[in-house]
Amino acid sequence: MTKKVIFPMTRVHEPLRVDVDIQNGKVVDATVGATLFRGFEIMMIGRDPRDAALLTQRICGICSSAHAVAATFAMQQAFRLSPTLNGQHIINLIFAADIIQNQIRHFYVLAIYDYLKGPNMPPYTPRLEGDYRLPQKLTDELMAHTKEGMLKAMRAHEMLAIFGAKIPMQQTILVTGVTEQASADRISAYLGILQELTDWVENVYLYDVAVLADYYKDYYTIGSTKGNMISYGMFPQPITGKREFPSGVIFEKGKVQPLDTSKISEDIRHSWYQDDQETRNPIEGTTVPDRNKAEAYSWIKSPRYEGYAFEGGPLARAWISGEYQRGTGVMDRIITRAQETLKICRMAQDWISQLVPGGPTLSKYAVPMQGEGAGLTDAMRGPLGHWIKIKDSKIVHYQIVTPTAWTFSPRDNQGKRGPVEESLLDTPVANTEDLIEIGRVIRSFDPCFTCAVHTIDAPEHKPPMTL
Amino acid sequence: MLSRREFIHLCMSTAVGMSLTEYLIPIMHNAIAQSKTNKAPVIWLELGSCTGNSVSLENAVNPTLEQLLSEILDVRYHWLLNVANGEDATKALEETLEKEAGKFWLVVEGSVMTADNGRYNEVFLRNGNMVTGLDAIMDIAAKAKYVISVGDCAAFGGPSAAHPNPAGAKGVWEVVNRQVINIPGCPAHPDWMTGTFSHLLFYGVPELDSYNRPLMFFGKTIHDLCQRRQQFEDGIFADFPGGEGCLFRVGCKGPVTHADCPLRQWNHYVNWPVKAGAPCIGCASPNFPDGMMPFYNHLPDIQTPFTALNVKKIGAAMVALGTGGVATHFAVGIYKKRIHKHYVDGTKPLEVSEPETLEQAKKELEELTKQKNALLAKTRKLEANHPVRHRKWWRRKLAEIFQGKDKNED
Repeated sequence: MTKKVIFPMTRVHEPLRVDVDIQNGKVVDATVGATLFRGFEIMMIGRDPRDAALLTQRICGICSSAHAVAATFAMQQAFRLSPTLNGQHIINLIFAADIIQNQIRHFYVLAIYDYLKGPNMPPYTPRLEGDYRLPQKLTDELMAHTKEGMLKAMRAHEMLAIFGAKIPMQQTILVTGVTEQASADRISAYLGILQELTDWVENVYLYDVAVLADYYKDYYTIGSTKGNMISYGMFPQPITGKREFPSGVIFEKGKVQPLDTSKISEDIRHSWYQDDQETRNPIEGTTVPDRNKAEAYSWIKSPRYEGYAFEGGPLARAWISGEYQRGTGVMDRIITRAQETLKICRMAQDWISQLVPGGPTLSKYAVPMQGEGAGLTDAMRGPLGHWIKIKDSKIVHYQIVTPTAWTFSPRDNQGKRGPVEESLLDTPVANTEDLIEIGRVIRSFDPCFTCAVHTIDAPEHKPPMTL
Repeated sequence: MLSRREFIHLCMSTAVGMSLTEYLIPIMHNAIAQSKTNKAPVIWLELGSCTGNSVSLENAVNPTLEQLLSEILDVRYHWLLNVANGEDATKALEETLEKEAGKFWLVVEGSVMTADNGRYNEVFLRNGNMVTGLDAIMDIAAKAKYVISVGDCAAFGGPSAAHPNPAGAKGVWEVVNRQVINIPGCPAHPDWMTGTFSHLLFYGVPELDSYNRPLMFFGKTIHDLCQRRQQFEDGIFADFPGGEGCLFRVGCKGPVTHADCPLRQWNHYVNWPVKAGAPCIGCASPNFPDGMMPFYNHLPDIQTPFTALNVKKIGAAMVALGTGGVATHFAVGIYKKRIHKHYVDGTKPLEVSEPETLEQAKKELEELTKQKNALLAKTRKLEANHPVRHRKWWRRKLAEIFQGKDKNED
């Protein structure tokens, strides 16, 4: 048995330590641990609720708008307000632009160098040795596309800034809409870039993914999970609130079931926190950091649904919407991410055509004395929930359960592995010095530890919420 | 090759539709082709951060990230970009430390976590042991030619250090015993980063303010450069974000924030918060975020003993165009901790270190006085043509300043 440690795991957002046991060329055991703690939820206590969207998006620079959207949904519930028609569409458009950016950047900046050799200079060298299977001609073609890909991701951020003012950390989303106007020039600017990106995603991104999938067919089975999938849904329509991506859960590749958030719990057996009770509903969670805890190996807690670990993200959303049910391996994740990008591009075209130029993008409001709300949305990489409680117009409770916490959770008190730990099992390893295969599995989840690592400070009980 | 003066002029000018990087790339390319300089070896260390500054830098790059990497920086270690994993990546780091000692630049993103001896943030393995961000930075900073903090977290603690700062986050300069060039902002604007890097490469350390921020980008306040400044002067204030008029009353922190966002704008000149109807939240400020919150509540009002004091000192020109001095008053306000009463209960400001302020305030006052005198000269001419309008305008301003009441007050 060979024990190997990969730390830092590169080309993921933030510090990740991966420990694997390898036997006869296969992974037989794995642990993944995040090694940064900041504690945003504690910082939220006592602040003005209106600031929640602006401060919580500082949790993550790659998916800042996801946190802004979740915080805004939570406040909408707490303030008992809903956005204007234009407002909701523009919030969706801002979020869509960030997702498009994230998916393109994930593939062309983070994931692709696992499959082809980059330029001969740092930071692309030194590289991991392994089976790079693409012929030179295709490698050159895809390398040319990576340059375009970085440009297109930048264009997606420009598109976001048209309504979001700036990004990372957009600044215009409020509870009832956005501060930017739905003027004709803004709409046409957005539409122009969107058209360019839609064409490119359809013709280049999907093509590149198809090339990889063709040459790396074994990765349809490598990196598989049991098939427990979860999604909170995303992109509500104005007025009805019906979500363009539906929420739901799937047990072991079975039928889609409605989501019941009261079945969510978080476990801290293997996380650096102490509490008199190991498993709690996140709504009653507590947090006392304890870096010296013996069994712990991660700052991430273990979110569970009915006691089981669940995977979120594009693959889960595709399974739940019934559009893709081929498998749960590395390539399935990469393919569904690309397909979803195109789907979101097309949805955005639909929303923008429904905007009323010059119509109000927000309505005025005041902060109520008290209230509570849950803001549930899917982020790029899975389900994201913000829970807020307000008293005397101040935040008294703030709670965040992030997508990467779901997928990269450590073991729970039953000893059950998190989805990524599970997916690493049986991964074939050609050379224990390079471990290129491990990186392929890990990066297919699009991990982001900046948001996974958080704390909970929520002594008060809140009734369970069902979507 | 540009002279230093020309270069700074280029950095401070903002022609519409071009990013600074686009201007700089060909210049870099020439300089390197003529072997006038070498690319700088760079170790990019990420500590308690959100990766937002790396993402922001990726947005800068036009046409490609490779171009920046091949023209200006020789990035040896940056875990978002490193192709190698674990041991191979840290080997590249160790080699740079050894072979390029005294030559490489250390760029830090994110604040230094100091709780539990730094064990709230571990960054890589060395000889099988977990190395904390705190230890890594102490070691690497000592050997670097320049230490550059990008983003508000690395520069001043930023959002990672928001009260009660459970992980003991600190700005890099508080931990290392040497000069740190600070490029704040949440995130830092890509032009601020590429501009500073280029200046370092060709001309060495740029002119810095008392917070070690490059003056070419952080020399003036948002308020001074703002497109809505005239509405402030005219007393037209928005009563809700997204409204017409100056956003001061709905929380704009432009008057106390030094940065050139209004000229430069974001994401390739597409937009910036105040233009989009959102108040500035002061993310480039040393006091961000605690000192800038609540984001949607306005700063203390203009009338203070300081106004009177300054008025006496500077004379009638200042009174005539009195509110123009507001930026300075606010800067002084922060220094005097007057603004602290506006902090939310339960949150506490960061310790405000030696200011900004007095040095910068002095400079600003001088500059303002010059501007005002020029304006005043013009006004006198105009006054001859429109005596009635101007008398009213003067009277209103004077009344505002001396009576200290504002009808728009909520």
